[in-house]
Amino acid sequence: MTVAQRTPLVEMKDINVAFGGVHAVRDVTIDLDAGEVIGLVGGNGAGKSTLMRVLSGAHPADSGVISIEGKPVTISNPRDAKAYNIETIYQTLALADNVDAPANLFLGREITTRLGNLDDSSMEAETRKVMGRLNPNFTRFAMPVKSLSGGQRQAVAIARAVHFNARIMIMDEPTAALGPAETGQVRNLVRQLKEDGIGIFLISHDIHDVFDLSDRISVMYHGRIVDTVNKADTDPDAVLGMIILGKKPDEVTQKELAELELRA
Amino acid sequence: MTNVADAAPVSGQTQPPARRSIGGLIAQTEIDLRLFGMLLALGLILLTFNILSGGKFFQPTNMVTLAVQASGIAIIATGMVLVIVSRNIDLSVGSLVGLIAMTYALLMTDVMPRILGMGPDFPFRWLIALGLGILLGAGVGALQGYIIAYVGVPSFIVTLGGLLSIRGAIWYMSNGAAVSGLDPIFQLIGGGAKGSVGGTLTWVLGVVGCIAIIALLLNGRRQRRHFGFPLRPMWAEVLLGVIGCIAVLGLAAFANANLWPKGISGGLDIPTGVPYPIVLLIGVTLVMTWLATRRRFGRYVYAYGGNPDAADLAGINTRRTVLKIYVVMGILCALAAAIAVARLNTATLDVGQSYELYVIAAAVVGGTSFAGGIGSIAGAVLGAFVMQSLAYGLSFMGVNSPGQNVVAGIVLILAVGFDAYNRRRGS
Repeated sequence: MTVAQRTPLVEMKDINVAFGGVHAVRDVTIDLDAGEVIGLVGGNGAGKSTLMRVLSGAHPADSGVISIEGKPVTISNPRDAKAYNIETIYQTLALADNVDAPANLFLGREITTRLGNLDDSSMEAETRKVMGRLNPNFTRFAMPVKSLSGGQRQAVAIARAVHFNARIMIMDEPTAALGPAETGQVRNLVRQLKEDGIGIFLISHDIHDVFDLSDRISVMYHGRIVDTVNKADTDPDAVLGMIILGKKPDEVTQKELAELELRA
Repeated sequence: MTNVADAAPVSGQTQPPARRSIGGLIAQTEIDLRLFGMLLALGLILLTFNILSGGKFFQPTNMVTLAVQASGIAIIATGMVLVIVSRNIDLSVGSLVGLIAMTYALLMTDVMPRILGMGPDFPFRWLIALGLGILLGAGVGALQGYIIAYVGVPSFIVTLGGLLSIRGAIWYMSNGAAVSGLDPIFQLIGGGAKGSVGGTLTWVLGVVGCIAIIALLLNGRRQRRHFGFPLRPMWAEVLLGVIGCIAVLGLAAFANANLWPKGISGGLDIPTGVPYPIVLLIGVTLVMTWLATRRRFGRYVYAYGGNPDAADLAGINTRRTVLKIYVVMGILCALAAAIAVARLNTATLDVGQSYELYVIAAAVVGGTSFAGGIGSIAGAVLGAFVMQSLAYGLSFMGVNSPGQNVVAGIVLILAVGFDAYNRRRGS
């Protein structure tokens, strides 16, 4: 374990992604330890989601190296990412609306019988177990997820990430569609996963969420990382300043500070 | 009343609250209301024609002919469901049926006896020809599927090109001539008095069907109990079993009421039983339902149709899935081509002409949605029977084929309109 504590669980080094002429992610280097939560913040189009899509295999990087426990790995599609126990909860939830919760939970990783037939009963039983932990009131196992509420859909998306022994979890705006009670549930879940030693990248617009849950905070601005800071060494105002101006607090001029106060 | 539940059925289901209303009772049997409604509509159409014709329409001969005529369309429609569910289309099925039909005819009249040295007495010649036709269908399907899935040309364009060029290729195969004289055993695939399984085997099929229904119900109950899922009430299980068995045995009796023509049977009453094309259709329906609901392939087709991005992000190889759909479609076209060419004992240049339209109509009348992700195999088969019953009934009443087309077109629009209305009201 001493070795594992020194090498980060994940390291993304010098990652670049460009869409045509738009440089969405520039030379980004970021790492994550086991049992750590990194809050990834930034304005719209700062490159947070794109960076995470690289790690989850949804979009390949143009250049850069991803290492897991010190070993360089190639992640060129979502299947590769899942093989390294990287699970993602997408902002759009990425559920197939027309099939039910068990089918979504096991999508791409179905349980089959010896003859290769789908074992729907086992999948439903497993789904009942996982959902029993996440959302005990959930009973609509045979309904297409289209007919579920936002919170229930979120629970399905989270259950899918939790069920398959994730070691690295990416959560892209996990509470954006939720009411206060459900947001509280997700926060508890993040803490629980953290205790289980899972490393979490948390993308959020909600600065309170980020300060509540993260160990370190990385601020992105126009595709670059402005700074990565320990939560203990900073405060929400400093982070907000970095999000808006794209500069570390000590680089900010008096004029910019005045403008910032004006906007706030 | 949505039928999306049948898009990906699961064996466990939450028990709806027991209500003392008819709707509540029906809900407890977990019958698919949409399929049930289509079955009623089909019965109503047949009954109407029977009354209009003064009771002549409902004779076993008519019904068996109708079923045989619908079988080819119905077989391809089971594949068209998967194509449309995956947000694609296949306009080339009619031309592909024609191409494979011509291939069968040329194989058995020319290539096999002249080049391969397989004379009329060569064992299983018909099966070899059928196998080659299926390979050709799978190959053409794979080619179209590859261009659609991997090159990224829209399926409408690829299969429209297929519709034109494959039909043109048929002309070059025979220099425009019709080719006739198929293997006598191959001709049995087309049905008719000889091309039927006979009275005894029909009863055997019926009994096997009943045993299968009961076994499925028992197994479902056992599974649910094993995992502690809510059970269907006992009366509903028994009712489903009894109705299922009566329907299967009733159809068997009906098929056996169709007798050999007196001229051939020497004046004896010999039941013909179920024609081979119908046996083929039943087999295809079962296999396709199994593929669609019990296999990963089917699960991926529906998930992809429901949300292509989600399927990709879940790590599904969606391109390979789409390619496979078109391979399945090619194989089904080969089976339908065998029925068509065997029935006529001739391959003309226009075998399968306009099939694509009837097949798409059957799938859509059967509840397949162009928005993707929704549709069932059984629905498409029922849809094919609804369309064929209308055509057959109208021609029985002396309405000519332009008149039949007018009705078919209106019914298509009405069926989809009714469905859209229901879905809007349901959601």
